[in-house]
Amino acid sequence: MSQHTAPDHTDHTGDVDHTGDTDHAGGPDQAAGPHPPAVYVAQLWDAVAAGNEYAATDIVLTALDAGLPAEDVLLEVIAPVQAKVGAEWAANRINVAQEHTATAINDRAVAALAQHSAIRRSDVGTLRHTAAQQETARRAARYAAGHAVTCTVPTARTRPDAPAARGRITVACVDGEWHALPARILSEVLKLRGWQVDYLGAQVPTPHLISHLHRSATHVVALSSSIATRLPTAHATITACQATGVPVLVGGAAFGPEGRYARLLGADAWAPDARAAADLLDADRLPGPLHGHQPMDDLPHLADQEYTMVARTHAELVKATFTGLEERYPAMRTYTDRQREHTAEDLAQIVSFLASALYTDDPELFTGFLLWTAGILEARGVPAASLHPTLDLLGEELRDFPRATRLLSLAADALMSR
Amino acid sequence: MVDDRDTVRRANDAAEALFDGTCAGRPLAEVVPDWLLRAHLAGPGARAEAVRGPVGDRTFEAHPSTTDADGSVVWWLVDDTDQVLAQRALRLERERTAFLTQASNRLLSSLNLDRCMDATAQLAAEHLADAALVVAPVSGHRLPAVECVRGGSPVRTLQIADPHEVPGLGEALQGFPPVPSRWIDPAAAPGWVVPEGFGEVGSIVVTPLPGHGVPAGALILLRRTGGSGAFSEEEEVFARLFASRAGAAMSAARLYAEQSAITETLMRELLPPVLHQVAGMEFAGGYRPSQDTERVGGDFYDVHPAAGEGEASLAVLGDVCGKGLDAAVLTGKIRNTLHALLPMADDHQRVIDLLNGALLNSHHARFATLVLASAVREEESVRLRLSSAGHAAPLLVRADGTVEEVGTSGTLVGAMPRVPTRTVGATLAPGESCVLYTDGITEARGGPLGDAMFGEDRLKAALAECAGMPAEAIVERVQMLASQWVGGGRHDDMAVLVISAPKTAPQAAPRVARQSTGARTSESEPSSKTARPLMNSRTRGRLSA
Repeated sequence: MSQHTAPDHTDHTGDVDHTGDTDHAGGPDQAAGPHPPAVYVAQLWDAVAAGNEYAATDIVLTALDAGLPAEDVLLEVIAPVQAKVGAEWAANRINVAQEHTATAINDRAVAALAQHSAIRRSDVGTLRHTAAQQETARRAARYAAGHAVTCTVPTARTRPDAPAARGRITVACVDGEWHALPARILSEVLKLRGWQVDYLGAQVPTPHLISHLHRSATHVVALSSSIATRLPTAHATITACQATGVPVLVGGAAFGPEGRYARLLGADAWAPDARAAADLLDADRLPGPLHGHQPMDDLPHLADQEYTMVARTHAELVKATFTGLEERYPAMRTYTDRQREHTAEDLAQIVSFLASALYTDDPELFTGFLLWTAGILEARGVPAASLHPTLDLLGEELRDFPRATRLLSLAADALMSR
Repeated sequence: MVDDRDTVRRANDAAEALFDGTCAGRPLAEVVPDWLLRAHLAGPGARAEAVRGPVGDRTFEAHPSTTDADGSVVWWLVDDTDQVLAQRALRLERERTAFLTQASNRLLSSLNLDRCMDATAQLAAEHLADAALVVAPVSGHRLPAVECVRGGSPVRTLQIADPHEVPGLGEALQGFPPVPSRWIDPAAAPGWVVPEGFGEVGSIVVTPLPGHGVPAGALILLRRTGGSGAFSEEEEVFARLFASRAGAAMSAARLYAEQSAITETLMRELLPPVLHQVAGMEFAGGYRPSQDTERVGGDFYDVHPAAGEGEASLAVLGDVCGKGLDAAVLTGKIRNTLHALLPMADDHQRVIDLLNGALLNSHHARFATLVLASAVREEESVRLRLSSAGHAAPLLVRADGTVEEVGTSGTLVGAMPRVPTRTVGATLAPGESCVLYTDGITEARGGPLGDAMFGEDRLKAALAECAGMPAEAIVERVQMLASQWVGGGRHDDMAVLVISAPKTAPQAAPRVARQSTGARTSESEPSSKTARPLMNSRTRGRLSA
C-alpha cells in the first residue's frame, strides 16, 4: 500500500461525505457506513507488516470514524491481524524483528483507539462532532499511540444500557508471559463496556498481583497466558488470587482447547476470546471462589512427583540430551557456538512442555507441541525426523518415570504417523 | 388405649397427669394434640412408625401398638424433651462453630477493607439476621456502609448521615468507652438503616466491631416482623463473637491500607518513570527488580525533556551498588540531584563532578555507575552525546543490523575525588537506536544449561536482530531474552533504556524495504536456520492466539 492520508471528516456518524480516502483500494463508500472488518484487516496487515505505524493508526481511526464500533475494531480488525502476525512468523514468512515490530505497532493502534474512544465518550450527549473535534481526537489519539504505556482513561458510559459506574476488574498476564496484546485488547473492550479496569501488563509477578488485589477492591481478576509452559505458574497465581477472595477468569491459548486446563487448575471461569470474556462478566458477577478448597485435590497425579523431578532437573536433562545428540549426530560437532546454543534452547523448550504435560497429566499437550514444532521445522527447511532422537534420549533419561515415558512414546507415535 | 371408635378407653396415671385429668371415655380428639390425633386417624397401615411432637412445653415420642382382637390401639408416650433439647443445642453449636470457622476463613483471606466489609455484611445477613449493615467510622461528612439482605449481594453506600441519629451507633463507632450491643426501637431508626424494599422491621440491634485497639466500625442487624423473631440474648452473644472476628479483620485491612498508602506515596518518586516520545525522539525503558516482591531496586533511569526548541533532552541510566530498598533510596537521591543539575546538562563532565561531590559528602558509603545521554533531534536524525561514569558502554543498533559499542569511558561516582569521563558523540539515522543497559542484563546467569552468563556477546547478537524496531519493542525483546535466560533463577536488578530516531513518514514502498532489511538480518547469521536440528522456538513460544 502507499502513503495514507487522513481523510477529511465532517461528521463521524457516517451520513456525511468522506473525502480524501482514495488511497486504499476501494475507500469507504460515501454515506454507506464502514466496510466489513475484513477490508480493514487486509489494510492493517499491510501497514503492520511494513512497519508503518502512521498508516496503521490511521486505518484504525478511519474504521472508527466510518462508524465501525470500537469493540469490533479491536476484536475483528486488530486481533485477527495479531493472530496473523503469529501465523506468519510460524510459517517463517516474517522474522523475529518484524514480529516484534508488528506487535508494537498493533499495540500503538490499540492505544490510539483507546484515546479516540475516550475523547468521544467525554462528549456524551452530542452525537454529532464538528470537524475540529474530530481532528482534536485524531491528534490526541496519534499522540497517545506514541506512548509506550496506556494512558489512564476515565471510565464513562458508552452504551445506553451500561451502568455509569461498574465494578473494577484487574487484567494481567501470568508471570513469564510476554504476549500482552490479548490482555490489552480485553482491557479496552471492558473499558468500552463501562468497567473500571486495572491493566497490569505483561509478565506480572504473583506477589505484585496479590498486593494489588489487597489494595484495590477488584471484583474479578482476568488472567491471560498463551504458552502452556506457564501453566504451573498460572495455577499458583489462580490459587493465590482465589485465596484473597477474588474469582479468576482465565483466557489464552495456554488453557488448551475448550479451556480444559482452566477447569483443571480451578479457575472460576474461562473464555475463548475477549468478547466472550466481556459477555461473561456482563451477564453475571462470577461466584466467589470456594473457601477451604485444596488446590492439590484437582491434581492428584502430582503425588507421583514426576513433575517435580523433571522441573527440578530441567538443566541436567537438557545437558544429558544435548550430549547424547552430539554422539548420535556427528554433524552437531561442527556447529558454531551460536547453533549449539539454539539447539540447547530448543531442547529446554521441549523439556518445559514435557513438564507442563506431566503437571496437567495430558499427553495431548506434549504431542500437540511436538507436532506444531515439526510444522515449524519444516517451514524452515529442517526435517522433522530430527525430533525422534531427542525423544529417545529423553526416554532413556526418564525411564524410571512411567507417566513421562508414556508421554514420550505417545508423542513419538504421533510424529511417526503424521 | 384407644378403641376403634377413636375414644380413649384407658389411660395410665402418667397419661392422666399429662393430659390434665380424666381421659378415659372421652373422644381422642378432645384429649391429645393434633399431631397425635392425625397419626392415629391415619389408619393402621400408616401407623407403624413412631411419631413425635410437643405436649405443653415438653416433647414426646409416641409409639403405636395395635391389638389384634378389637382394632384398638395402645399409644406409648415417651418423654424425649431433654434428648431433643440436647440434640438441638448440639446442632446449633455445630452450626455456629462451622459458621465462625467459615467467617474466619473468609475474613482472614483478604486485606482489602471493602472486601472485608462485604464479607462481614454477607455473612451476617446469611446467618444472623434478615439484613445486615456494616458501618465504617466516619470519613469526612460521610458514613461508608455496606448493606446486604439475606440471599442478596452486598451493596456499598456512602451515607450523608449523622451516626448519632441511630441510638448507640455513635458510641459503637467511637469504640470507647466499650459499649454493649444495643436493641433499638425500629421506629426510632432513620430510613437509611433499612434496605430498600425490606418490609416491616421487627427488631434492630447495633453491635460494635472492636478492632485492634481502634474501632473498626459497627454492625447493624435487622429482622423482619414475624420472621425468626426478636434477637435472643444467646443470639446476641453469638453476634458479638462474630463481630469481634469481623472487627479484627477490618482493622487489619485498614492498617494495611494505611501502610500501603504511605509506601505508595514514598515509593512514587522511586519508581521508574513511564517513557514516551519526547521532542520527536522515541524513549522506552524497562525495569525488573531483583526481587519479585519489590518494585524498586538499585537500577534507575530517567528522561528529562529539553527545556526549549533545539536543545537536548537528557536521558540517564545507572546502577547503585547494592539492591533492594536501601539502594532504591540512593537512586532517588541521584535522580533528584541530576534533576537539579539539568541547567548545566550539556556539560556532562560538570554534572558528573557535582554529582560525585554530592555522593562523597553524603553519609552513604555506596557508589554508583551511570551513563548520561544528551539527545537532540536534527532533521530526520538524532544527535547524541554520551558519557559513561564507570558504566557499561552504550550500544548503537544501526539500520543494517550492525551493533556498535560507543567508546565512552569514565570512573564510577561516589568513590574517588576526581572522576574524569570521556564524552563521545553519535548520530542515529531514522530507525536506529541507542541502547543503555545495566549489568543485571549481561551478568544474568542461566540459559538452557543453567549455568552460563548472558554476556555482552549474546546481547549484541540479540540487538543485531532488533534493527529497525521501535524503541519499546527493543526494550521488550531485551527484557524478554534476559528473563527467559534466568528462568526461575536468581538475578540482579535489570534495566534497559532505548533512545530511537523514529522512522520517517512512510516511504514509497516500505514493504519492499522492510523485507530487504529482514533478508540482510538473516544473512548476518549464516546457515543457522538450516543447520539446526531443532527449531527456533525460544523466541516467543506459541504465537497463535
